[in-house]
Amino acid sequence: MSVAACVDLIYREAFLLDDGRYEEWLKLFAATGRYWVPLSKSQDEGDSQLSIADEDMNLLRLRIERLASGRAHSQQPPSSMQHVLQQPMLIEQDADASEYTFRTAFTYAECRGDDVLALHGHYVHRLVRDGEQFHIRLKRVNLVNAASRLPMIQLFP
Amino acid sequence: MISNELGPRRIAELVQGDRVHKNLYLSEELFAIEQRELFGNTWSFLGHASQIAQSGDFFTVEIAGQSLIVLRDEAGEIRVLHNRCAHKGAQLLTAESGRLKGRFVRCPYHAWSYRLDGALLSYPLRSGYENTGLKACESGRGLAPVAGLHVYRDFIFARLNPGGPAFHEYFGDVLPMIDLMVDRSPVGRLEVAGGVLRNVVHCNWKLYLENVNDSVHPVSTHESAVRAAQAVARDHQPDPMPLALEQILPFGEKYEFFEGMGGKVFPNGHSISGTRFSVHSGYGNLGQYVQDLQAAHGEERARQVLEQAPQNTVLYPSLALKGSPQTIRVIRPIAVDRTVIEAWNFRTVGGPEMLLDRALSYSRLIFSPMSVVAHDDLHLFESQQKGLRSGPNEWVSLHREHDPRELDDPTRETSGTSELLMRNQYRAWAKFMTMNMKDE
Repeated sequence: MSVAACVDLIYREAFLLDDGRYEEWLKLFAATGRYWVPLSKSQDEGDSQLSIADEDMNLLRLRIERLASGRAHSQQPPSSMQHVLQQPMLIEQDADASEYTFRTAFTYAECRGDDVLALHGHYVHRLVRDGEQFHIRLKRVNLVNAASRLPMIQLFP
Repeated sequence: MISNELGPRRIAELVQGDRVHKNLYLSEELFAIEQRELFGNTWSFLGHASQIAQSGDFFTVEIAGQSLIVLRDEAGEIRVLHNRCAHKGAQLLTAESGRLKGRFVRCPYHAWSYRLDGALLSYPLRSGYENTGLKACESGRGLAPVAGLHVYRDFIFARLNPGGPAFHEYFGDVLPMIDLMVDRSPVGRLEVAGGVLRNVVHCNWKLYLENVNDSVHPVSTHESAVRAAQAVARDHQPDPMPLALEQILPFGEKYEFFEGMGGKVFPNGHSISGTRFSVHSGYGNLGQYVQDLQAAHGEERARQVLEQAPQNTVLYPSLALKGSPQTIRVIRPIAVDRTVIEAWNFRTVGGPEMLLDRALSYSRLIFSPMSVVAHDDLHLFESQQKGLRSGPNEWVSLHREHDPRELDDPTRETSGTSELLMRNQYRAWAKFMTMNMKDE
């Protein structure tokens, strides 16, 4: 049952983003949640290494606040996004079934005006049980080309 | 409009005292001349000696469309060679960096090999070259070194053309800004650390570079990021204030702050913004490090090093430094409307690891492809690249605080918001574009 709930959560996370329902999306995260786009797949948490994004809840709120403000110059015209996910794969669970880690391959398109940016890679979701529900403790975005020259990525791969 | 004959006089006319012609940003022909002349005659930043710490270590880099190998030879000397096999032009090394397997470089195509000073060492079927002209020609001489190479406190610079100013003559009095950065280490040594962020921006490189010392734009350009940061700080009152918000909030300073922070220009396009103070001045919590620095450099120098934290120093045309946080940006033009911006960070050897973490945090927040601060900058540079094509006005205004007497004194203090910081770049542009051209 828990695995099915976690898989649902991963799909739901993507479609809330695609629909721009950011406030609902934020609520999927634990209070200590983290959204992380490292520069390399081999990077470990806590390494003194650069990341493309490394956001705690304050920084995620900042991002969403800015997008909602109507004052972001770079959002005229606004960007839109589409995630395409493969079946999430359970790769780790702890003994008392309170934390699950999933790996999910994705492609991501971000469109603005006539420009389309395509990104590819896989997510690692670490999901923690909170009563009957699960929350996202970590969403790690491993891009295949994180170290390449990249244009602006304005939304949330 | 520009004719087909772009000689020195016509190029010089594109830079007037208080404005520049839009073709500086739009003309493919000028871009091609820039690659050959401007980037040939000036000194470009290639990388840092800590990237090639051991003999045999190398990295590759492209300057003005020319692929270069930067390596450390057996004697520990840094050498820079054109990455072009003397035989048929294949690149000898295509990895971004690595370590050579022996004391030579071998071309993977036909196995011509070269000593680390570039000399041709061996090639197969040698007898087939007897009584031919190989030895007497360029190909027989092996890999060409760059015309000029200078390593200043581990910062590696090169000049591609044989003509052009000597290193110290070119950078002159802006070099102490590198000292200031390096002397943040008690042992006077920095190491590149943490990886590199690479952005591709669809604008001319000069639109990016002139923004580096543009202190008027934050108020309007970064309004959305600053307001969002203020809202988060107000509504959630994080305590202590997270480093990230501490680094974003100062972008919300007023015009008076930026004007008062001071600027300075130097001959050949170099400049500093934030000579008196800057958004970086307030970084605190240094602890024992302050005493270590005093013990190493003396109290006076330690105070200087810690107090001077300019917003940006431009080492024209390829490098922008931030002494605190210890971050640099490298500007690489790719096409007339395409520029790569890299952000590199330093570990301060002998200093607290926190200084590196601060640099990495700053780079991620401000220079990453996902930076909410950079998004509005890059959007505007790309918008300029499109907007400049429109309408009868062919000029870009750089009139703020223009004074014809500013030409009398090539090293000059300014307000933090004077457009002399940009006029100075374009005067250097005209000078180095035309210095090796014959009169029309």
